[in-house]
Amino acid sequence: MAAEGSSSIDALGQFKLTTALGPLGASVNFTQANLMMVVAGAAMLGLLWIGMRPRAMVPGRLQAAAEMCYETVMSMCIEQIGQEGKKFFPLVFTLFFFILFGNLVGVFPYFFTFTSHIAVTLALSLLVFILVTFVALKEHGWHFFSYFVPKGIPVVLTPLLVVIEVISYLSRIISLSVRLFANMMAGHVMLEVFGSFVVMLGGAGFIFLFPAGLSLAVNVVLIGFELLVATLQAYVFAILTCIYLHDAVHLH
Amino acid sequence: MDLVSAKNIGAGIAVIALAGVGVGIGNIFAALVSSVARNPAARDRVFGLAILGFALTEAVALYALVIAFIILFV
Repeated sequence: MAAEGSSSIDALGQFKLTTALGPLGASVNFTQANLMMVVAGAAMLGLLWIGMRPRAMVPGRLQAAAEMCYETVMSMCIEQIGQEGKKFFPLVFTLFFFILFGNLVGVFPYFFTFTSHIAVTLALSLLVFILVTFVALKEHGWHFFSYFVPKGIPVVLTPLLVVIEVISYLSRIISLSVRLFANMMAGHVMLEVFGSFVVMLGGAGFIFLFPAGLSLAVNVVLIGFELLVATLQAYVFAILTCIYLHDAVHLH
Repeated sequence: MDLVSAKNIGAGIAVIALAGVGVGIGNIFAALVSSVARNPAARDRVFGLAILGFALTEAVALYALVIAFIILFV
């Protein structure tokens, strides 16, 4: 990095929120993140609606995709939670596809990844956490608090372990939200950094064209990696929600 | 030492955590290879579990990376 001089990389500028949809959007603080949420929701609803319209016995391509979405999440719910999992299916399905489409629209140029904001992911994980606690209290009443007392331990250790269990229960909020946020943010910062390398090295002279091309190749590979991470993190979020719900319904 | 170089050194120190993550991801895939070698029929089920473990371990690396970014850019 010899020739870029004093210019530094503004890696976090891409996450700045601006208002969308002109003066009307500005008057109600409708940001581009909100716009992307609408786009993600509309894309999912559109896939389901258009895909399921033929209601064919032998599904076409779109209908097969829509059915596969349904079956994947349904089998995830039943495998992780058990037969009670069916009543949590709408929640898990919505969470999974909201996050999945939010992550995926971020890979397109000029689009915005709303899951790269901790405010969004923290709201989602708080929703999951409060719901899980509510379900556990409703199913088990006061007996729920025995969840924090592990069985078969010496009496002396009990206070310490209860504190640890409570902390690990509460830290679910942070781990669930920061995992998604960090994955999306780090991926996009890396794309930005290597993109800046291409511009800086490409303008620096003939000798630097090879490293510039190398950075471009790295960026292409990173886009593919981002697709993997986007799917994987949505899956991880949904499956952890299922695991927490399993704990809430069965208490260990 | 001025603030900028201290920040750069701090960001470098923050990503030492990646050593542990490297060990963890290596462990996961070593276990995946050996379990698939013992029972090739279980490949599909074990692979999903390995990918889940990989994603959870990789998240730890990204926590360190986020701290480094916060030191550098915020």
